[in-house]
Amino acid sequence: MQIVLFHLMPYADLDLAAGRKNGTVWVTLPNRNFDPQKGHRLYNRYLDELEYGEELGFEVLAVNEHHQTAYGLMPSPIVTASALARRTKRARIAILGSALPLRSHPMMVAEEHAMIDVISGGRLISGFVRGIGAEYHTFGVNPTFSHDRFHEAHDLIVRAWTEPGPFSFHGHHYRVRYVNLWPRPYQKPHPPIWIPSQGSKETIDWASHPDRRYTYLQTFSPVKVVQRYLKQYRDTCAGYGYSCEDRQLGWAVPVYVGETDAAARAEAKAHFEAFRNVYVRMPLEMLLPPGYTSRESLKNVMKAKAQMFGDVTLEQALELGLFVCGSAETVYRAFEQYWADLRFGNLLVMCQFGTLPADLTRANMERFARGVMPRLKALN
Amino acid sequence: MPFTDHYLELDGCRTHYRRAGKGTPLVFLHGASGAPVVLPFMETLARRFDVIVPEHPGYGLSDEPEWLESIHDVAYFYLDFLDSLKLERAVIVGSSMGGWMALEMAVRNTSRIGSLVLVSPAGIAAPGAEAADIFLLSPEDTIRQLFFEQRYAEERLAIPLTPEAIDIALKNRHTTARLAWEPRLHDPQLPRWLHRIDVPVAIVWGKEDRILPVGIAHELKRLLPRAEVHLFERCGHLPQVEKADEFCDLVVRFACR
Repeated sequence: MQIVLFHLMPYADLDLAAGRKNGTVWVTLPNRNFDPQKGHRLYNRYLDELEYGEELGFEVLAVNEHHQTAYGLMPSPIVTASALARRTKRARIAILGSALPLRSHPMMVAEEHAMIDVISGGRLISGFVRGIGAEYHTFGVNPTFSHDRFHEAHDLIVRAWTEPGPFSFHGHHYRVRYVNLWPRPYQKPHPPIWIPSQGSKETIDWASHPDRRYTYLQTFSPVKVVQRYLKQYRDTCAGYGYSCEDRQLGWAVPVYVGETDAAARAEAKAHFEAFRNVYVRMPLEMLLPPGYTSRESLKNVMKAKAQMFGDVTLEQALELGLFVCGSAETVYRAFEQYWADLRFGNLLVMCQFGTLPADLTRANMERFARGVMPRLKALN
Repeated sequence: MPFTDHYLELDGCRTHYRRAGKGTPLVFLHGASGAPVVLPFMETLARRFDVIVPEHPGYGLSDEPEWLESIHDVAYFYLDFLDSLKLERAVIVGSSMGGWMALEMAVRNTSRIGSLVLVSPAGIAAPGAEAADIFLLSPEDTIRQLFFEQRYAEERLAIPLTPEAIDIALKNRHTTARLAWEPRLHDPQLPRWLHRIDVPVAIVWGKEDRILPVGIAHELKRLLPRAEVHLFERCGHLPQVEKADEFCDLVVRFACR
């Protein structure tokens, strides 16, 4: 199993009461709640944590993209991935992912990812996402064109990476007279592509297609949901007539390792609950604007609204497999069992979540890296 | 005379419309929440006009054609609709999104249009009069904000939601987003062509409109200086519902002179 250290870089100094009162930390939380002095310390702390991840033996360091929110301070993962490209030497760097439909031009994504791939000597893993629903509110991009723009942007980027230029591209949303990428990516034919998702049939059908076989990552979901979608991915591969490799599957989950189960829960509780119940929270209309999902999926979410939009305690989250927390032995056993069921080749651990401070984050990373990771890497 | 249901195959879109009455044709273009039922003002107008109430492409029982990408597509579609039904000197009454469609039609071609009644229309932006963000409001809040008199909202909220009604509401919301997400509820190019409208125009607005504030009415009057403006007191976004009788009298007076 390949272990990825995944960082969301939240604004951990958030006034939680302000976030609660506003109902969400996305889109509408006034930015006077962001203090640049604190932001300066947080960015540098978080980049240090990722760099320390390489020292501890994490094979991949991952960043992502979110806009106008305290949930994550990386409107451009290009910036953080670039910093890592120079400060690290061995670890791969994953952008999970660039929100293609939100960018005004996919050529910029193709260029920036190629730059990082060349600078890092081929250590980039590219990820593509559509951006979450809230970001269609912040950017004004029409969500009813989200899927179309994603697919067309993807096609343009992959062609720009792989086909000799100059050539012209005539899409519905993007038209380019001269596609002629400088620099071309370092890796051949191009950096691996990972697709983070909250789970949808459309995404799975597309990512698993024999022409692509992209690694599918199920992000922050109850383990039953992870199980359902990873199985669906495997079944879809079988339907296409090939056998899914473990490396095509991944699971992104917050993790906390303490000295004992009790200590781990006590240390993580407030920070995890802040993450789940303040940072993640948003109203249905913000999460799922029209066209972002199929209307059938939207109706399913409307039915499950009570469970999805209510508070979850740490104890409930452990029960749901939404969070993995305990002593090194407990955490290893949990992942061993999940792995035996799901056979995901990539485990993305979030060792920092919500308000978790620097000292606990480092201690968590160290205990995970020493007490859990070597045995997980050996699983095959 | 009751409304009867019709379907017209036009531009590859099976289009549902209701029709009742005799006389001058009057086409009512509905707003973002559609026209799922016959409302009292439609019946009143059908005593004086040949009232035609289509459901727009992408709404209600009409198809969702692939070509539907912007309000301009809807404008050309409705010009074809007037041609197809061979309507002459039609009164176009458009509410909210439907008012926007009426404006987009009229800047292109008024050869079959007799006059326009714009009822709190979308379509233009006005400095200092920010529209409500209808895409962030919950369904219940949307209904409450539509009306000044909350008893109208209570009546609507009391109607049980069938699975079919939920499907249609989601479909309507999807099409509204497609047409009006960005730029939000207006077309920045529209003002520069409004001078092309060469038929009489009435602008009707509720003074307490919380969806599209009445400030937009003043901006529209500035852009259409010959238009008459009628503002209703103690009235929200749907004067045809909250002030149905006065509204119908106004339409008759305006369109029949």
